[in-house]
Parts: sequence; C-alpha cells; structure tokens
Amino acid sequence: MFGFFKKKGSADVQKDPESSVDRGILVFENTSDVIQAEKALQKSGWAIRVMGPPPEIQTGCDMVIEFPLIEELNIMRELSNADITPLQMVPVTAPLLEPVNLFHTKDFGDYLMVRAANMKITVSKKDHAIVNISGGGCPDVPFLAQELVGKALENAPRPRELGHTLCGYALELAYEELRRIC
Amino acid sequence: MLGIVGTVPDLNFPLSHGQVRLIGRKLNMNGRSIPVNRGTPALLAAALKATEWMGGPEIYAFLAGDIGRGEGSRKLYEFLTRHLPEFEFQVLAFHYLQPDVDWHNKVLFTVESMQPRPILIADAGFMYAAKMSGEAAGYDFFTPDVGELAFLADELAPHPFYTRGFILHLNNRVPDLIRRAHQHDNVAAHLVVKGEIDYIAKGNQVIAKVDRPSFDAMEAIGGTGDTLTGLLTVLCGVDLEPAKAAVLAAGANRWTGHFAKPDPATQVIELIDKIPLALSRVMDQNRGKDYDGC
Repeated sequence: MFGFFKKKGSADVQKDPESSVDRGILVFENTSDVIQAEKALQKSGWAIRVMGPPPEIQTGCDMVIEFPLIEELNIMRELSNADITPLQMVPVTAPLLEPVNLFHTKDFGDYLMVRAANMKITVSKKDHAIVNISGGGCPDVPFLAQELVGKALENAPRPRELGHTLCGYALELAYEELRRIC
Repeated sequence: MLGIVGTVPDLNFPLSHGQVRLIGRKLNMNGRSIPVNRGTPALLAAALKATEWMGGPEIYAFLAGDIGRGEGSRKLYEFLTRHLPEFEFQVLAFHYLQPDVDWHNKVLFTVESMQPRPILIADAGFMYAAKMSGEAAGYDFFTPDVGELAFLADELAPHPFYTRGFILHLNNRVPDLIRRAHQHDNVAAHLVVKGEIDYIAKGNQVIAKVDRPSFDAMEAIGGTGDTLTGLLTVLCGVDLEPAKAAVLAAGANRWTGHFAKPDPATQVIELIDKIPLALSRVMDQNRGKDYDGC
C-alpha cells in the first residue's frame, strides 16, 4: 500500500505482476476460438488471461488471450496440437481492457441468482435446476437460455461450449460461480 | 405499422419478414411457428398482446435465425440496407442483433432516408452497436438495464463485459450514470432504465421514476426487459408523447408481475399473458396525468 514511498531500486522492489511489457496477445477470428484456446491453455497450466483487444487491433473478435511473451513458441505449439490457429500474435504495448470480474449473488430463498457482467443465471436450491437466464443482448443469449433452462446445473451444457459472444462468455463466468457455490 | 427487427434462436429459421400473429402462446409468421421464450420473440409477443388490447397498429417483423455466430444478423443488416425505404413505419425497434458497428452505420444511414422517419428504439445488441458507433443521438429511445447503462456511461467499453469497475460501482447512482453517458454522447434522446426503480430520462435529466408495484423475482426472469421494450414500441405507436409512453410501458410491465404472482422460476410468457390486465390498470392510474418534458 505504501510502495509509493519506497526508494527506487531497493532490493525488495518486485516485478509488477500486472506489467504488460513482457506480455503478448493472441488474436482469434471468433469468440468460440478464444474459448477453446483458453480451455486448452488453462488445462496445461499456462498463465493466461482473456482480455479486451486494444483499439489498434482491427481484425478478429472482441476478446484476446494475454500470455507471457517468452512462452510464445510453447503456447503456439500447444494451440497447434489443439488444432486452433490464432489470426495473429502481437506484443502488448498499452493496458488492455479487463473483463468485468465482479460477481453479484442474490438469494431468493428457494432460488439463487448469480450475475456476472450483464448476465444472470438462476437455479433452484432444491435440485439445482436452472430456472431462468436473463440479461445480455447478443443473439446467443436466447439460444443459451433455450438449451440450459430446465436442466440441472451439473448436467446442462456449459455456456462456453455453446456460446459465441461476450454475453455467452459472461454467462460461463456466472455458471462457474454458481457451480462453485452450489 | 410498427416494425420490429431481431433474431430467433434457431439456425434453420430463414431471413423472413411479414406480419406476425400470436396464436395461443406461440408466434406465427409466414406459416412458421416460433416459441416465445425470451429475446425478440418475447418482445414481439408483448407488443402483439398490447396492440391487440389497445386496437393499435399492426406489427411487422424482420427476423432471421442466429445463435450468436452473426450469420442471421448480417443477412438482416444487408436486407434492411436494401429494402427499408420501401416500408413506412411509425416506430422501428431494433433488438437482439449481433453488435456490428459497420453494419449498424449502414442501417442507420438507410433509416435516415425513410419517409416519414420512424421513431427509433434500440435495445440489446443493436443498442451496444449504436453506442459504439458514436451515433446514439440518432435514436429516440434506448432501453438499458442498470448494468447496460453503466456500459453506456463508460466511453471506453466496447461491450458491457468490459465496463470498468469504478463505473460499475455507480450502479446505485442511476442519475449520475445517465449524466455521464450523456456527457459522452452515448445515449438516445430518451432512456428507459430498467431496474428496481425504472428511470425515464430525457437528455441528461431524469423526468420520471416508476417503482410500483415491485417484485424482486422479476430480476431473475429472462425476457422482462424484452417485454418492456415491446410495450414501449406499441405505446410510442399510438401517438403518446415519449415520456408518457415510457412511464406507461414501465408501469404496465411491473403490473404483469402483480397479476402473474411471479417467483424466480416464472417464465416470461406467463407475464405476457397478463399484459391486457396490466395495461388496463396502468391506463386507469395514469389517465389525465402529464409528465415533465412531454
């Protein structure tokens, strides 16, 4: 908290974990590819994050994967093994937009609702049945609601398997949070 | 006639346009049956229910199947840029479409050539694109929920998913968010902000608040925002002033909850069934009332 008062170059100055100078981003054609790449890389333990693309990136979708630049070759190999090809890889030169990472939980008594960004998912506490999905504005939201509502949280398809947009990705985060707390 | 543009969650649903009917609890368009869950079908069903009760204008829809990959939305965008000027609408509402700024701009440019120019309402994905295009002021209404209002207020966010935390924390300060969104030219002439309290704004000023009746469970029910936009579309189409149309739409949407007695598992069609009762109640309550800015 009081790092501001520390002398420059002092021995206990640590590398800023949020620093972007040693990070690169992978740009993909669509959100589905981002979701698949994230899944494959996380499974192998890579320290990656889904972020918003910088304004100068004119191709691809509205999400990129930030990764440690030094691991570029290994990560590209991993993606190639998973049959996923990014459109391009560029070094990070400016702060990236961060996804919303706040969850809001509302207890309705017999039901529990979790909101992540603009998406909400509600389950019955008794049998974990997904009873409603609300919020969002991208066209996969009604589709996801159609496929998930009525199914038990544990047996329902994951939003990341069916979703294609940022709304679908936000729903995946809400789904994961519900799985964590239910 | 009222025009509604949106998508249905069915990849096999072709690009279609025509008048829509509500038969029982399903929509019918050009002989195709469409279930009413949430999204544009819910908006359409609410609008049809309302216009039937009020003896209002016919509803004409432009629909395509889209499950988030954007193909259906792009077909719609292309069709609209070619054919919109052939139609005459009092109100034109854009809804669940894949946000795409380039296509949005082409569609808005086409709308500007329509005679007469319809009242324009944008909600859901099309509202996201309208904000990002910098052309928000070209619309008569945006209908965000509070989270989406925070996105409108964040001049950098390209989608609600990236709304910055310090702006999200203003969630309980809706008038501040409205002013901030207005300062960055990211709002339509009027806003209906859907939430625990519904705020109606003109420019950067809140001109009305609707907070009764109130049912907690409505927040969980998918499609309650869609039904509000459907009601607003119809009420704007029966020559009400924008603010009054907004207050009545917000009120009627809340009263559907009173009559349906919702819990978080209630489905939106159960609320839509109650729209005639809700409209009747809200019309009685607001008869003769006027609103600032009308």
